[in-house]
Amino acid sequence: MSTTETKAVLKGGEFLIKESDSATIFTPEQLSEEQRMFAQTTADFINTRVLPNLQKIDKQEPGLSVKLLEETAELGLLGASVPEEFGGMGVDVATDTAINEEIGKGHSFAASYAAHTGIGTLPILYFGTEEQKQKYLPGLVNGTLKAAYCLTEPGSGSDALGAKSKAVLSEDGKYYVLNGQKMWITNGGFADIFTVFAKIDGDKFTGFIVDAKSEGLSLGSEEDKLGIKGSSTRQVFFNDVKVPVENVLGEIGKGHKIAFNVLNIGRYKLCVLALGGIKAAATTAVKYANERIQFNVPISSFGAIKHKLAEMAVKAYACESATYRTAGLIDEKIAELVAGGMDKVQAKLVAAEEYSIECAILKVFGSEVLDFVVDETVQVFGGTGFSEEYPAARAYRDARINRIFEGTNEINRLLSVGQLVKKALKGEMDLFTPAMAVQKELMSVPDFSAPNTDDFFGAEKKALTNVKKAILMTAGAAVQKFMQGLEKEQEIIMNAADMLIELFVCESVLLRTERAIAVKGEEACALQIDMTRTYISDALERINLSGKHAITAFNEGDVLRVMLMGLKRFTKYEAYNTVAARRRIADKMIEENGYCF
Amino acid sequence: MKILVPISKVPDTTSKIAFVDNNTKFSTDNVQFIMNPTDEWYALTKALELKEAQGGEVVVIHAGLADSEQVIRKALAIGADSAFRIDMDPTDAYAISVEIANHAKTGGYDLVITGKETIDYNSFEVGGMVAELLDWNAVALVSKLDIAGGKATATRDIEGGTETVEFSLPAVICATKDLAAARIPNMKGIMASRTKPLTVLAATGADKLTSIASYQTPEKAKECKYVSVDNVAELVRLLHEEAKVI
Repeated sequence: MSTTETKAVLKGGEFLIKESDSATIFTPEQLSEEQRMFAQTTADFINTRVLPNLQKIDKQEPGLSVKLLEETAELGLLGASVPEEFGGMGVDVATDTAINEEIGKGHSFAASYAAHTGIGTLPILYFGTEEQKQKYLPGLVNGTLKAAYCLTEPGSGSDALGAKSKAVLSEDGKYYVLNGQKMWITNGGFADIFTVFAKIDGDKFTGFIVDAKSEGLSLGSEEDKLGIKGSSTRQVFFNDVKVPVENVLGEIGKGHKIAFNVLNIGRYKLCVLALGGIKAAATTAVKYANERIQFNVPISSFGAIKHKLAEMAVKAYACESATYRTAGLIDEKIAELVAGGMDKVQAKLVAAEEYSIECAILKVFGSEVLDFVVDETVQVFGGTGFSEEYPAARAYRDARINRIFEGTNEINRLLSVGQLVKKALKGEMDLFTPAMAVQKELMSVPDFSAPNTDDFFGAEKKALTNVKKAILMTAGAAVQKFMQGLEKEQEIIMNAADMLIELFVCESVLLRTERAIAVKGEEACALQIDMTRTYISDALERINLSGKHAITAFNEGDVLRVMLMGLKRFTKYEAYNTVAARRRIADKMIEENGYCF
Repeated sequence: MKILVPISKVPDTTSKIAFVDNNTKFSTDNVQFIMNPTDEWYALTKALELKEAQGGEVVVIHAGLADSEQVIRKALAIGADSAFRIDMDPTDAYAISVEIANHAKTGGYDLVITGKETIDYNSFEVGGMVAELLDWNAVALVSKLDIAGGKATATRDIEGGTETVEFSLPAVICATKDLAAARIPNMKGIMASRTKPLTVLAATGADKLTSIASYQTPEKAKECKYVSVDNVAELVRLLHEEAKVI
C-alpha cells in the first residue's frame, strides 16, 4: 500500500485508485453531544407519536400524517437542512444524517417526511429564484405547506426524460398551459405544491412549481400498495392547468439538471433512512429471539439464529460506516467550496454531485441490506413473522420499495460505473495509469510480499489494495474490449458495480474500526474488529464471484486463465473463523437485547 | 413568578442493574443516564407552562458531578432559562436537600417544583425536606396546579381518590402524572441550550445522614408449575412438599 498517495479528502470515486487515512474520515462515533440531542429529539418523536399510531397511519386516517408532519415542523425537523434565512436550522449533512436515521424507523411516515423534505423542498431550495425561495421555503419549513414531486409518468419511470407531459406558453406570454399525467406521487393526496416536470413545446424538459389548487389539476385515488401503505401515493392529472411563467423552476430546457441533481442527495438520504430501518428491524429480531422459547430455551441461544442476528449487525455496521464516511466527504467538500466563496446551498449541490458515485453505491447497498435484514427478521419470527399482528411483517413490506424508488438499484448500478467511466474519459480521474499498472503486474511475477505486520489491519489493507486491482483489471479490460459498446453489456456493468460497492463498504468499515481502535484501543473494539473481518472475509468471496462472472463473459483461452489467476490473487484473504466471530457478535446483541454497535 | 426546578439524573429504565465492590456500589458501566422522568415530564413542563401563562423565569438546579451536564443541557433545551449545578456526589437526600434549600432561600423564588420521586432510589424525600428546611408549604403528589393572585390550588392524589388543597406561596410542589404534558426539545431549544447560563456552585458540605451499606437484587422469580384442574392431589402434594406452605 502506497502511503504517498494518501490525501486528506478524496474526490468522488477516487476511493478506487487512492487510499484514505482513517484519521481523516468521519464516523458516527464523532457525532457531537448536540448532534446526538437532535437525533434523540427525533427518536422521541418517532417513539411517542409515530410508532403508537402505525396502524392508524397505515389505514390513512384522515389528517393524521399531515398533523404529524406539522408536529415535526414544530420540532424544527422539516427545515433541518434548510438555511436559517428561510426559517430552517441549516445543519450539515452529518447532523441531518443522525436525524434522518431516526426518521427511518418511522415506516410510512418516513416516506411522507422524506418526500416533503427531500424531493419536495430541495428543487426549490437548489434551483428556485430568490422570489420563489422566499415565497415557498418558509412555509415548507414551518409545515404550513406540504410538497410533492412529479417526475414519473405511466410511460416513463427509469427513462425519466421520456416524459410526455407538455407545457405550452399562452399567447399573452403570462402562463404555461400544462397537460399530462404523473404517477406514484408521494404526498400527492395532501401536497399544497407540486414540482412538475414537463416538456415545453414537446421537447424542452422543464421544471414548474404548480399550486395544488390550480384549476384543471386533479388527483387519482390512493394506490393500493405492497408497503408504506400509510404514505399518500396518487396519480396527478394536469388538464389545461395554467402555470404562471414566474413558476418555471430553473432554466427552460434544463429540467434534467433539477431531476438528476436532487436525486444525488435523495439517494444518499434513502440509505440513511434505510439504515434506521435496518437497526430497528435488527433490534426487533433480537428481542423476539430472546423472548421466544422453543425446546425450553430462548431461540437466540441457537447457532442458526445467532448467525442471522450477527449478520444483521455486521451489515448494519458496514452500512453505517459507509454512510457516515460519505456524510463526512460531502461536508468537507461543502466547507472547501464555501471557503472558496461559494454560496452554501450551491456548495451542497456541487458536493453531492461530486460524490454521485458514492450516493448511488449507498442507495443500492442500504436498500439491499434493509431487505436482507427485514427478511431475516421475518424468519426469526417464524410463523408470527407472517402475521400482521407482529412488527416483522410491516417492516418486510415497507422495506421493499427502497430498491425501486429514487432510481432502481439497477439504474444506480449502471450509474455508479457509468459515472466512473465518464470521469475517466473527461480526464477528471486517471484510471488509465493504474489500470495499465495492473495489467503489467498480471504479466509479471506475482507479489508474494507479506502484509505489513506492524499495522493491525495490515492483512485487510493489503487485501483491499488488491481488490482495487481486481476492479481495475475487470473494468479496464471491459472498457478496452467493448469501448463505447460497453453500455450495452449491462450484466458486466452490474458485476463491476457490485465489486465497486463492496470495495467502498469494506474500506469504510476498515477505516472506521481503525479510527475507533486509535481512540479506545483494540480490546474495547474487539467486536468491531470481528465485524470488520467478518464483512471483509465474506465480501472478498463475493467480489471474486462478480469478477469471475464478468471476466468469463468476454475473455477466453490464455487471457481468461491469466485474468482468473490474477483475480484469485487479488481477492485472497487469510481464512477467518467467522462462525466464532458471529457468535461473539450475536452474544453481545442477545445480552443487550438489541442492535448495540 | 420565579420557579426553581430541582432535577435528578437516573439510569435509563432499560439499564441493566449490577453492583460492584462487594455489592456496595452501583455499576455505571454501559448505563445510559437520563433526566428523572417525573422531574422532566411533569415538574419542568409545569414550570414552563406557568411561565408561559404568567411570565417569569424557570431555573433548574441539579446536585451532581460534571458528568451530569448532558442532563442539565436537556432541561435547558426543553426551555429552562438557566441552570445551577451543585458540585457534589449526590448520595444522601438530606445533604442534597440542604444544598437546594440554601440556594432557594436566597434566589428569590416563589415556587419549587420537583418530581414526586426519582426512579432509581424512589425515596420521595427531597421535596419534603427542602420545604421543611425553607419552612415553606409543601404539597406532594400534585396532579393539577392553578396559581392566581399569589394563591395556589392543587389537586393531589390520595389513597382511592384526590384531594384539593389551597395554600399560599412560596411553596414546594412534588409533581406526579397529569400535572403537565411532556415535551420533546425542539432543534432551536437544543441549539439555544449551549449558550444558556449554567453555573457551578460549590457544595456547602452539608452532613450526610445516610450511607449505603449494601445492595441486593431481588431473587429471580421461581419457575411456574402448571397443575391440571383435575389433579388436586398433585397440587396438594406440591404445596406441601415443594412450596411447604401447607
